[in-house]
Amino acid sequence: MAFVDIADASLIYGEDGESGTLAVKDTTLGIERGEFVAVVGPSGCGKSSLLKLVSGLNLATAGRVAVGGEAVVRPLKIVGMAFQNPTLLPWRRVIDNVLLPMEVADGLRSQYRRDPAPFVAKARDILATVGLKGFEDKHPWQLSGGMQQRASLCRALIHNPALLLLDEPFAALDAFTREELWGVMQTLWLKERFTVILVTHDLREATFLADTVYVMSNRPGRVIYTRKIDLKRPRTLEGCFEPAFVDHVHALRDHISIARSS
Amino acid sequence: MKRNKLAEQAAPWIALVAMFVVWEAACVVFKVDSFVLPRPSQAFAAMWEFRQAIWHNARFTFTTTLLGFAIAVGFGLLLGLVVGASAFVYKALYPLLIGFNSIPKVAVVPILVIWFGIGFVPAVLTAFLISFFPIVVNVATGLATLEPELRDVLRSLGARKIDILLKVGLPRSMPLFFASLKVAVTLAFVGSVISETMAGNEGIGHLMLSAGASFRVPLVFAGLLVISVMGVAMYAAFAWIEQRMTGWAYRGDVNAA
Ligand SMILES: Nc1ncnc2c1ncn2[C@@H]1O[C@H](COP(=O)(O)OP(=O)(O)O)[C@@H](O)[C@H]1O
Ligand SMILES: [Mg+2]
Repeated sequence: MAFVDIADASLIYGEDGESGTLAVKDTTLGIERGEFVAVVGPSGCGKSSLLKLVSGLNLATAGRVAVGGEAVVRPLKIVGMAFQNPTLLPWRRVIDNVLLPMEVADGLRSQYRRDPAPFVAKARDILATVGLKGFEDKHPWQLSGGMQQRASLCRALIHNPALLLLDEPFAALDAFTREELWGVMQTLWLKERFTVILVTHDLREATFLADTVYVMSNRPGRVIYTRKIDLKRPRTLEGCFEPAFVDHVHALRDHISIARSS
Repeated sequence: MKRNKLAEQAAPWIALVAMFVVWEAACVVFKVDSFVLPRPSQAFAAMWEFRQAIWHNARFTFTTTLLGFAIAVGFGLLLGLVVGASAFVYKALYPLLIGFNSIPKVAVVPILVIWFGIGFVPAVLTAFLISFFPIVVNVATGLATLEPELRDVLRSLGARKIDILLKVGLPRSMPLFFASLKVAVTLAFVGSVISETMAGNEGIGHLMLSAGASFRVPLVFAGLLVISVMGVAMYAAFAWIEQRMTGWAYRGDVNAA
């Protein structure tokens, strides 16, 4: 069984079944441990809902969701999350923002309180990896949007999650910053090889980062197309102009058009 | 740039002086009887003449106001936490709170008098009753408007409710809390003065009432001025505390990309 195993899963919002919003419908997909997956699809098609299913923040109305061989019946504790909005706490320094999960995470909290030093070292290390060395003691408002998003990624990874869920994390950034952060994301992933599900509406972003791209249909969301991206790593921005890369993007775009018109 | 700053700082004082000058001039030009509207100079003279009585009663008003306000802060913070931390309690209590806040506090004073007699206690309680509402609303709002994404991050970490409250909710609502204190403390003055006027034997409100009864109108206005000065002073004090405690909230929008 795959690390993340979704079988015929559906998600309906709203209590009274019939009248609720059917956000995800009969979706089946399997994600291997250490795989980088991207999910693309029209806006409102249920991408964020799919992440909620995997994280256990919402439970499947029908079908089965399992992570690491265990059915998801409550919010998982092995995930890290980052969103379009960096949601850093403005009164905390960057390093304290990154360490927030250690202060509240079930199971890690007491370990951290007994001996914070290794986690502080880890936080500094990961901040350096994303290019925020020297900004540890700054407050979020002193950082640009791109830098805040880097810090948000660090916060998502500080507790060594087995599964990283990213919901359009780069969508609010300008094109240059966004492409810079693709590189940062790839570096982080190549280093630790956690499993990633990235939701995005940027097909080049999906192609640049993912091993597998899933295209979802209009709501209710279903996977209508799966594409393996077999480009070698590490991928570079120059590589985005090579025919193989462009072919992938075109193939995805064709299926997105089908998805939108369906 | 520098001159602008200076002008900005001086402006409120100039406005204040201008108001007194216009007031004084209008009284002189239109020959307004000092039983109707005394000139500010008469009010200041009365303030000096009755300085001992004013000092004594101002202290009383100050004490009842601050005591009532202190209770309001404690109670408002607690109730705000409870209301803001749980959507259920929020739904249950909000209409009740709105309803309670709509009651003119003047109408409550007679009841307080029946229960506690006149004087100190009803003044403190009226100050409390009138000033806790903005504190509750602001603390509750700060807690209830936690970003859903941040809530998801914390939930998926298995964070306990109390941790979320103490590490995220409470600090987040502090700017609103301190902002509400400024408003609440001026309301508290209104409350204690209402009570002193209706059911007092001490305090600025009582002083004004008895001055009015004996037609010492300049003293009534002296009392008004003293109340305003106390109100402005307390407002300024809490504005200063707000700046000191929650400076981070004014350094720009964190969510701006
Ligand atoms: N908490 C919710 N309650 C009710 N409906 C929701 C909720 N979240 C999302 N939806 C609905 O479910 C559908 C899919 O939403 P979402 O998963 O956020 O789409 P996407 O992330 O692909 O834009 C939308 O129609 C949206 O309105
Ligand atoms: Mg979404």
